[in-house]
Amino acid sequence: MPVLTMRDALNQALREEMKRDESVFLLGEDIGLYDGSFKVTRGLWKEFGEKRVLDTPIAEEIIIGTAIGAAMSGLRPVAEMMTVNFIMVAMDQVVNAAAHIRYMFGGGTKVPLVIRTPGGGGHQLGAQHSHSHENWFAHVPGLKVVAPGTPADAKGMLKSAIRDDNPVMFVENEGTYAVKGEVPDGEHLVPLDKNDVKRSGDDITICAHSRMLIVAMDAAAELEKGGISAEVVDMRALRPLDMAPVIESVKKTSRLITVEEGWRSYGVGAEIASRVYEEAFDYLDAPVARIGAAEVPAPYNKRLEKIAFPGKADVVVTARAMLGKN
Amino acid sequence: MKVEQRPTESKPRGTLSDKPALLRLYREMLLVRRFEEKTAEMYQAAKIGGFCHLNIGEEATIVGTISSLRPDDYVYSTYREHGHAIAKGIEPNAVMAELFGKETGTSRGRGGSMHLFSQEHRFYGGYAIVGQALPIACGTGYAINYQEKDEVVMSIFGDGATNIGAFHESLNVAKLWRLPIVFVCVNNLYGMGTAVNRASAVTEIWKKACAYDMTGERVDGMDVLAVRRITDQLVEQAREKHEPSLLECVTYRYRGHSMSDPDTYRGKDEIKEWQGRDPILTLGEHLKQQKLLTDQEIQKIDEDVTAEVEAAVKFAEESPEPEPKDLYRDVYADQGAA
Repeated sequence: MPVLTMRDALNQALREEMKRDESVFLLGEDIGLYDGSFKVTRGLWKEFGEKRVLDTPIAEEIIIGTAIGAAMSGLRPVAEMMTVNFIMVAMDQVVNAAAHIRYMFGGGTKVPLVIRTPGGGGHQLGAQHSHSHENWFAHVPGLKVVAPGTPADAKGMLKSAIRDDNPVMFVENEGTYAVKGEVPDGEHLVPLDKNDVKRSGDDITICAHSRMLIVAMDAAAELEKGGISAEVVDMRALRPLDMAPVIESVKKTSRLITVEEGWRSYGVGAEIASRVYEEAFDYLDAPVARIGAAEVPAPYNKRLEKIAFPGKADVVVTARAMLGKN
Repeated sequence: MKVEQRPTESKPRGTLSDKPALLRLYREMLLVRRFEEKTAEMYQAAKIGGFCHLNIGEEATIVGTISSLRPDDYVYSTYREHGHAIAKGIEPNAVMAELFGKETGTSRGRGGSMHLFSQEHRFYGGYAIVGQALPIACGTGYAINYQEKDEVVMSIFGDGATNIGAFHESLNVAKLWRLPIVFVCVNNLYGMGTAVNRASAVTEIWKKACAYDMTGERVDGMDVLAVRRITDQLVEQAREKHEPSLLECVTYRYRGHSMSDPDTYRGKDEIKEWQGRDPILTLGEHLKQQKLLTDQEIQKIDEDVTAEVEAAVKFAEESPEPEPKDLYRDVYADQGAA
């Protein structure tokens, strides 16, 4: 199987879907002539022309608004927001419009729209380019939210998202674009509503998505050296949230750690923990442990930034403590 | 009265030169008026809930603009849109049923007064966030060009919307991408209770088009024929040349911002003065002078539209409420009834 970076896997998904369906078009800031801020759309402007790869002004509200109107009028837009922080400027369009239009119009229309946007820190980009806000979107009925952590899932989920008839928030991560992995050629679809056990284990369950999936996998490998068998559940499907593999895993391991790159308060881990308490409380031998970013705006200084975001060591230390193997 | 000749496609509502078309303008304005008067009554009788914003006084602007469109053209509107929906061809029954929150409403009772919608009539919605629908209208404009069709989008909003970023972003891309859009500003002189001159550095809204090298026009929004004539030109310009435009219709709402507005920010004299220029009475007088309409015919039209509105109330009253089991229906496109 070919090995691709996450960036190229996403690019392949876009190209395949644009070839497959004339109604698919891309829009965003510098995605065309410039080839994309993170080069995910590299080569597509040249291949498909400016009608289907539309460079927009730096004006997020018009990008999302245009995408919504086009989606209601027979097209399948894929909008790129250069970073998730920029999407705040267009939150009215995402939440009040995209997410609610179908319901508030009694099912009279649909909004088949994909919004791709990278979040994540660790690149010294400071407080306005480094955050992870997928939980904001996962809070909203009417949106689907996915956050893949492997190149194969990135390709398969982006293709599924483009074919889906709902607004899908497709959350990427700046720290994973160069990550490599095997990616199936051609038609490869991954469902938007299925989470996935990425590593089997018996002693403890670790839930993570996006870049934190990689952190969790590294931590699991480290834990294995110390005789701890960790099961890693990829929470790539955040809304609708597929809890089945987590519940099943917790029934086996009785211990759960959630890892997210964003702040813990009102976060993904909070939601997962709460559902585990509701559905599998009796199986737990310890409270759920949540790992997330320090509750500060992302600092620029490298030393501070390093401790502001969660890493492998945080997961390993937490797991050992939960199992009494410090 | 200037006679308009459309060279190409058939105008479904006729041109201003034929009597049926003129009578139709009159009838539609009166229908909107009587519908809104009944709406106020039903609101006071607690048959209608939530916020409720009436179009009374704005009928010439509503009918003058929307009657210019073909059935396959699109309208995007605001939360003050009952009249816009009716002018675009949605049956008063379905509009009143929506106000009543019934399953037979335009939005199955899920939207209410501020969120009317009809795919079939290409009435692409009432939106309750000021300025929100303009970028979405641009998306439909982009889709029309993309699919190489010749439809036009009419994006209707109030004077208050022209101070918001979305307005400027929309005018910018409409011109930049040559979108077939007519932006219609219903300048009723107040954004809620704040007068235009207290909210906008530029009080002649049409001038804001200049910043985007776009056609800007201002028209007396109480004169349906004037509104219709200028809109015909702008719609044609959008359709034939993909030239967007901004049309400012200066008009007045006789009632408050919403049904819950005590209307303390403007004088009674001002309201009276505008009522003295009533668009329906004005057109009626004009048509009588032209010997196109008699008092008797006017009375007959009034009886007809009043009966239509009464029938809409009856329809709404008798329609079923949505079922509790359907609460989750249509949150997602792949999700039917729960």
